[in-house]
Amino acid sequence: MTTQYLLGNEAIARGCLEAPVHFVTGYPGTPSSDVIDILRSHPERDYYIEWSVNEKVALENALAAAWCGQRALCTMKHVGLNVAADPLMTSAYTGVTGGLVIMSADDPFAHSSQNEQDSRCYALFARVPCLDPATIQEAHDMARDAFSLSEEFSLPVIFRPTTRICHSKGDTSLGFPPVSPRKGEFHKNPQQYVVIPAHTRILHKKLNQKQPLIKKALVGKGYNQAAVRGRVAVVASGIAASYVQEILPEDVSFMKIGAYPIDEEWLAQFVQKHEKVLVIEELHPVVEEAVRQVAGSVPVHGKKDGKVPFEGELSTIAVAGIMQECGITPLRTFPDSVPAGDLPARPPILCAGCMHRPVFYSMRKIFKEGIFPSDIGCYTLGLQLGAVDTTICMGASITVGSGISHSGEEHDIVATIGDSTFLHTGIPGLLNAVYNGAKMILVILDNRITAMTGHQPNPATGETACGIPMPPVSLESLCRACGVVYVETVDPYDLVSLQAALKNAQEQPGVKVIIARQPCVITARRAGIRRGRFQVEPNTCTECGICIKFGCPALEKAGEKAYINDLCSGCGVCAQICPSGAIGKEVKR
Amino acid sequence: MSRSYDILLVGIGGQGIILASNILGEACLIEGRSVRGAETHGMAQRGGSVEGHIRIDGNFGPLIAPGTADLMIAFDMLEALRYSHFLAPGGHMVINSHFVIPTSVFMQGATAPSKEEILERLGRDRNPCLVDADTLAEEAGSPLSQNVVMIGAASWFMPFAPGSLSGAVERLVPKKTVEINRKAFDLGRAAGKACREGSRDA
Repeated sequence: MTTQYLLGNEAIARGCLEAPVHFVTGYPGTPSSDVIDILRSHPERDYYIEWSVNEKVALENALAAAWCGQRALCTMKHVGLNVAADPLMTSAYTGVTGGLVIMSADDPFAHSSQNEQDSRCYALFARVPCLDPATIQEAHDMARDAFSLSEEFSLPVIFRPTTRICHSKGDTSLGFPPVSPRKGEFHKNPQQYVVIPAHTRILHKKLNQKQPLIKKALVGKGYNQAAVRGRVAVVASGIAASYVQEILPEDVSFMKIGAYPIDEEWLAQFVQKHEKVLVIEELHPVVEEAVRQVAGSVPVHGKKDGKVPFEGELSTIAVAGIMQECGITPLRTFPDSVPAGDLPARPPILCAGCMHRPVFYSMRKIFKEGIFPSDIGCYTLGLQLGAVDTTICMGASITVGSGISHSGEEHDIVATIGDSTFLHTGIPGLLNAVYNGAKMILVILDNRITAMTGHQPNPATGETACGIPMPPVSLESLCRACGVVYVETVDPYDLVSLQAALKNAQEQPGVKVIIARQPCVITARRAGIRRGRFQVEPNTCTECGICIKFGCPALEKAGEKAYINDLCSGCGVCAQICPSGAIGKEVKR
Repeated sequence: MSRSYDILLVGIGGQGIILASNILGEACLIEGRSVRGAETHGMAQRGGSVEGHIRIDGNFGPLIAPGTADLMIAFDMLEALRYSHFLAPGGHMVINSHFVIPTSVFMQGATAPSKEEILERLGRDRNPCLVDADTLAEEAGSPLSQNVVMIGAASWFMPFAPGSLSGAVERLVPKKTVEINRKAFDLGRAAGKACREGSRDA
C-alpha cells in the first residue's frame, strides 16, 4: 500500500489497473480524457486500449469485449453518453459476462461543456447501477470495485464522477495491480445477444427482476450509509456529501448516497425517523425524488421547494447557506467577500499561431453577411472573433448548416468543424447535406489532432492511442465519397490561397468543402517545429490597429504602435494582414 | 474540528500552476498529512485565468471558500487582484511583480489597471508582498522556474518543515532541471524573507 497525491482521474485510472481492466475504449471529453491518456501511456500495459472515433463506437467495442468475458472500461464526458445512449439502453437487456464500466463524467457549472445533464438519470433510465464518488479515494475504490459489481449483476455499471472529482486532488491510498490476463472468448447465445422482439421481451423482464437485488446489495456494500444523530437529517450525494461533512453539526443525522438505485425500504426507515430532511445534491434531484417518494408527512427541503439550486455546482459555502435557510446551523459560517470589480476579462483564447484564427478572419472578410454554424472544439473560441453563430453538439455544424439552407435563408452559410469532430459525427451530416441538395460551404479545420481535450490522436493523426503508426484517413476522399464535388485543401497560413478557395467555393453549387490543414501549434512545437518569430518595424507601423483586431495574443500595443511579444510562433499571418508592410521576420540584432 | 491551511494559487494557463500545486501536495505526503486540491483543466488552460486550490490537512471538499484563504500565491499581479476576495482578513499574498495584459484590453478596448493601482487596491485590507520572480528565475537558470521561485518566496507562510518543500521540489521537477529549481527555490526563499518581515517589496 502506498499513498500518492493524485488527480481524481489518475486515481480512477489506478483503480482500473487494480481491478484489473483488460479492454479500454473511449472518446476524449473534459473532464474525462485523462483516464485513457494515463492508461495509454502506462509503461507496463497488458490491456487493449483505443481512442475510438465516437462514444457509441467506443461503448459497442467495450460491450463486445465484456461479452467475451473481459473487464472493459469505456470513458466519455456526460454528453458523450447521449451519443452512446443507443447501445447503453439495450446493453442493460443483454447484460455482460466480464465487467463493463461506463465512466460518464458530469460537469456541473458546465466548466467546459454545452450543458449540465446528469448521468445518474441515464442509469435510472437504463436500469443499471451507478456509482457516484464523493472523494478522490472513493473514486479510486469505486473504479476498482465497479468491475466486480458489474460481474455480480451481469450488468453494465455507470461510474459518474463530476469535474470536482476528476480534476481535484487528494492523498490517495493505493493497492497493487494484480497480474490477471483474460483472453476473450465469445460463446454464442442468440437469446442473449440477438435482441429480436421474442428475445428482448424476456430480457426486459429479467432486467426488472434484478432491480430489488441490486438495491439491497448496494446498501450492504457500504456505498450508501446513514447515521441517525438527531431529529433533523441531511441527505447528500457525490461531491456534495464532502461539502456537507465539512460543516455538519454533530446533532444532525447524515445519509450519504454513493450508489444507485437506492433501496426505498432502507431510505424510508431513515427518513421516517426524522422531523425534517434536507437533500443536497448537484444537478438533477435524483436523490430528492427518491426521498420525497418515501417521506410521507416528513417535510423535505431540496430543489423542489427552491432551497437548493437546480443549476451549477455546489460548494461548502453554498451548502452552509442552504443549511441556514433550512434552520440548520452549520459548524462554520463564511464571510461575505466581494470580488474586485472593473477588471479586464482573461478568457481562454486561441493560441498565438493557431490555424483557426486566419480561417475565421478570412470567413468574416469574404462572407460579411455570412451565417457561421460551428462545432465543439478549440475553434468554438472563434465566438470571440465573430465567426461562430451556433454550436449545439458534436457534428451539428454541418446539419445546422444544411437545415438553415433548406429553411429558405439566402445568406451564405459557412460551417466550421474540426478534424476529430468531423470523424466523430460529422460524416453522416455531410452525406445527408449532399444527398438532400443543401447549399453551403463546410470548412474542416484540420489540425490533425483532438486538441481541446489535451491532444489525443484520431484517425487523421497517423498514429493510434498507443503511438503505433497508422496511415491517416484521407478527409478529401471521405468528402468526395459523400458526394462532394468541390473539395479544396489549403494552408490556412497562406491567406491568399485560403481566401481564393473561399471565394471559388462561394460561386459553386451544392455543398462545398474546404480543408484548412496545418498542425495544431502546440503539437507542432512539441514535435520540434520552429518558425522564426515576426516583429513590427515601428517606423513603418501606421497605428491602424488592423493587426490588433486579428486577436492574436502575440500582438499587443506598445503605446499606439503594434508590438509582437514572445508568444509569437511565426505563422506569419499578421504580416499578410498588415496594410503597410510593417511586419516582417525578426532580424536578430 | 481542526481547520485546514488553505492556499490559493492564481495565474494564467501555462505558468506552471499545476506543478506548483503538485509540489505543495507532495510536501504534505512527505509530512504524512492529508491534503485536498482542485485546479483548472481543459478549456480554461488556453491562456485563460486559472486557479489552484490547496487545502493542507484538508479532509473534505477541495474548494476554498471566498474570504477564507490563509495564503495566496499569485503568478500575475492582475490575477492577484481578480482573486483577492478569496483571502481571509489578515491573510498573506505573495505576488509575482509582473503581469500580462489580457488580449481583451487590445481587442475590446477594456482598460487594465496600472501596477500602482493594483497594489493600491490590494493593499487596502490585505498584506501583499511583491517578488520579482521573473528576474530570480533567470538568475536560477531558466525563466520557467518562476513557479518554484514563488513557492520558495511563499514558503515562509506555509506550515511545513523547511526541508519538506525543497524535498518535494526535487522529487517532482524534471531530473535535468533539479539544480536550476533548487536554486530557484533558494533564491525565492531568500527574497521572501522580506515578505515575512512585513515588507511589501521583496
